[in-house]
Amino acid sequence: MEIAVVGGGPGGLYASLLLKKEHPDWEITVYERDPVDNTYGWGVVFSDATLSNLREADTESHERITDAFVRWDPIDVHYDDERFRCGGHGFAGIMRADLLGILQDRCREVGVNLRHEVAIDDPEELAAEVDLLIGADGLNSTVREHYEDGFKPSVEMGNAKFAWFGTEKPFDVFTFVFRENEHGLWRVHAYPGRKSTFIVECTEETWRNAGMDEKDEETALAYFEELFSDHLEGHALESKLYAWRNFPVVSCRTWSLGDDVALVGDAAHTAHFSIGSGTKLAMEDAIAVLEGVREHGTDGGAALNWYEKERRPRVEGLQEAAERSQRYFENVERYWHLEPRRFAFNLLTRSGRISYESLKVRDVEFADEYDRWFQHALAANPGTDAVPVAAKPPLFQPLELRELTVENRLTLTRPPAHSASDGTPSESYLEGLAEQGERGPGLVLTDPVAVSPEGRISPGTPGLYEETHADVWGDLVADLRDGTDAAVGVQLFHAGRRGSMRPRAHGLDRPLPAEEGWELFAPSAKSYTPGGRTPTAMDGDDCERIREAFVRSAELAEAAGFDYVQLHAGHGYLLSSFLSPLTNERDDEYGGDLETRARYPLSVFDAVREAWPDEKPLGTALQATDWNLSGLKTSDSRRVAEMLADRECDLLSVVAGQATFKERPRYDPTVLADFTEAFRNEVQIPVLSTNYVTTYDEVNTLVGAGRADLCTFSR
Amino acid sequence: MQVGIGLPNTLEGADRELLLTWARRADEGPFTSLGVFDRLLYRSTEPLSTLAVCAGVTEEIRLATSIVAGPLRNDALLAKEAATIDALSGGRLTLGLALGARRDDYEAAGVDYGSRGRRFSRQLSELRSYWEDDEMGPEPVQDGGPQLLVGGDSDPTFQRVGRYADGYIHGGGPPRAFEKQANQARAAWQESGRPGGPDLWGHGYVALGEEAAERGREYLLDYYAFTGPFAERIAEGLLTTPQEVLQCIRGYADAGCDELILFPTVADEEQYDRLETVIENEWG
Repeated sequence: MEIAVVGGGPGGLYASLLLKKEHPDWEITVYERDPVDNTYGWGVVFSDATLSNLREADTESHERITDAFVRWDPIDVHYDDERFRCGGHGFAGIMRADLLGILQDRCREVGVNLRHEVAIDDPEELAAEVDLLIGADGLNSTVREHYEDGFKPSVEMGNAKFAWFGTEKPFDVFTFVFRENEHGLWRVHAYPGRKSTFIVECTEETWRNAGMDEKDEETALAYFEELFSDHLEGHALESKLYAWRNFPVVSCRTWSLGDDVALVGDAAHTAHFSIGSGTKLAMEDAIAVLEGVREHGTDGGAALNWYEKERRPRVEGLQEAAERSQRYFENVERYWHLEPRRFAFNLLTRSGRISYESLKVRDVEFADEYDRWFQHALAANPGTDAVPVAAKPPLFQPLELRELTVENRLTLTRPPAHSASDGTPSESYLEGLAEQGERGPGLVLTDPVAVSPEGRISPGTPGLYEETHADVWGDLVADLRDGTDAAVGVQLFHAGRRGSMRPRAHGLDRPLPAEEGWELFAPSAKSYTPGGRTPTAMDGDDCERIREAFVRSAELAEAAGFDYVQLHAGHGYLLSSFLSPLTNERDDEYGGDLETRARYPLSVFDAVREAWPDEKPLGTALQATDWNLSGLKTSDSRRVAEMLADRECDLLSVVAGQATFKERPRYDPTVLADFTEAFRNEVQIPVLSTNYVTTYDEVNTLVGAGRADLCTFSR
Repeated sequence: MQVGIGLPNTLEGADRELLLTWARRADEGPFTSLGVFDRLLYRSTEPLSTLAVCAGVTEEIRLATSIVAGPLRNDALLAKEAATIDALSGGRLTLGLALGARRDDYEAAGVDYGSRGRRFSRQLSELRSYWEDDEMGPEPVQDGGPQLLVGGDSDPTFQRVGRYADGYIHGGGPPRAFEKQANQARAAWQESGRPGGPDLWGHGYVALGEEAAERGREYLLDYYAFTGPFAERIAEGLLTTPQEVLQCIRGYADAGCDELILFPTVADEEQYDRLETVIENEWG
């Protein structure tokens, strides 16, 4: 067997070493463009210090690598001048040059041919001469590009700017520094090594403000030496290849072609440096290639498939976490208003791989201190200046909304059984809600309740538009008040053009037979489904009448004793269909640009606010996006959220999709949490997360990190 | 979680005798459903008619198309076929539908391949209409029509699950893969505001014993040859020992699966016996 490896980085060298060790008779040659003693790059980090598979794969190199390792445990977060240290993370770092040296030595020892300063410009020519070609040529892989049609790579550029530096200043742990100056907010990722690595990152805007696009290397170094002088303590910054880059996320449809070409490491997949695992991934790829060969011998195709089957789920899991981390660093400005300690908690949990619980495991002191701080600084009614000795986790901390105290951060609801009749909710729905209350949430929230008969989705949709409805709901509220501490909220809505449908048990938006349906009202006369009932475009009187219906429902909600009202302006229901350009074609005062389209829903909000007692909170469920390129976009709904915040809307619940029948939604279980946290932190309004959350740990993490204030819980 | 068994309708050597014996035996337990696969240009039997025949010799067991390529078929005819099986089997049909990835099947059926996603969404909506309205008979025994499951792993898939289906049917793989997509299905369901939650079904491939394992592997490589290198990965997932079968079952149960259909990959009654023994003694 003859193998050519393109690229003499850690992935390529390690794969060669392992394969040659196992099959001394195989001919393995590594081709590297750069000279043998090239010391490009600073430190590399292995985020998981154990790396037991490295030991198993090759004991000798494992020993030499771990000898050269600098190990550390904590992460330091510097928020301007405050520092937070969180332990238990277990990192190991090594200078890239040292790692290469060790691997080159080992390769020579086992008889791998190392050919430096040989550039492979035509991998196909080389592939024809050997049995297997391994592309380990990194981020800008020639092999990947050459076989583009087969690997089908995608490269997505991040939008932050970063540059790598080194310094003699010894950093003893992983250190994040966030510093604001007149040009913007700078982030530093620094970590230990024979020399310390010092990465500076910022938004493109900050980068331009600081004139980095025009500064030469020397001035740039001086700029950061000055800006971070307190951290560098008089040490200089050095750079090797001075350059500002955007991080490219590489992914490929497949990592091998037949039995003769395969990619490993950055050539196949990259993961943002803030999660520090690129080298680890490349070396683990090499191990998986070896294991594939062990499983399938010289059946190259099967071995390479085995490699990909083994690695892809792990790599993709890490890439997802890295992507979340990258998004965090690209948007740090969004979190800058968070209290420093909360900012640090948010940073530590950014990638989704570390949760509240796992912080407790890693560093119980840090986590306990966080709880105490949270209770003292953020919970309602601190009462005393003294920081408590022990505190409950964020989930159990109360939230104040006007004069309502929500006892904890859990919201429970129950999807309706659509079994109401004439708007009166069914016994079983009410019993279900009452049961939810007994599970101890801070807030029990009804599903959408119609403000008028025509505002119902189906004949089974519950309503709140008759005195008798208020009585029935009132009994539920009294019931809950009696047996639980839960606050009780009602969600009011008008289905608009999504009304007059069959019950939802057998699917969404299936129109009722004509004789059973009712007249629908919407901003414009466009039906929701093809062939569905066409709504009447609302005239001035209709607008007035429906606004009054909302007000009347709010009054009935007050009569029923509800603590909280939430208006539903999402999911294509009436209020949201005024907001969306896809469904609002009016040319009167309620149609046109976003400001005018928002007028009617806001007028409803104002009217309800007027009628609803001052001391009680009023919230809104808002559409983050229509999932349609011509529809309402996140930037639009953020603007609406700002308008709501100006009106002192007390709580925002972010939903997405269903504005129209035609949409391209993303069903990633974290997508709603992403919208929610962005709205919360950019608009600075309390939010109720509707994300799919099934564990208390997730609630603690979301609330602790300032990504949500309340969470709907599903199980 | 319940465990179903796949009929050998895409396997070589599955004649009338074997299919009917298989179905009759499964009806006695411990299996709770009979699954069938769908492939046009392959030496297999047509899934819906296979289930119809099996409906005649069974009493209790659920009859599941797992999975049939929906858009390959005419909406009205499919609605009628499904309603017929449901009516004549006493409400035992579970209709698992997905896009189907075989371009040559589409060409052979004379149906456009490129637009199948769009047509699939419409088909799901139409099926419901045919079953619920009086225009077409027979009236299915199950309320609202046969239980409808949608398979696939793209975002539109989960949208379809939330919008039209009764549940989600996963295409197969390790429990972890199932769990990830089951969560997406649950999240989609919740976001669409449907009451309750989606029914979740899964798939596994079985060949017990060394010799069967080799034949099973060859079958999978052949059946999935059209997926290119991915066929290897599917074949790697073949469950070849009772331990692997149990591990898979437990993993699926833990991930919240409602029904896991195990498909033998060798058409041999001995394979049936061995799988039955594992399920009877260690599960059910």
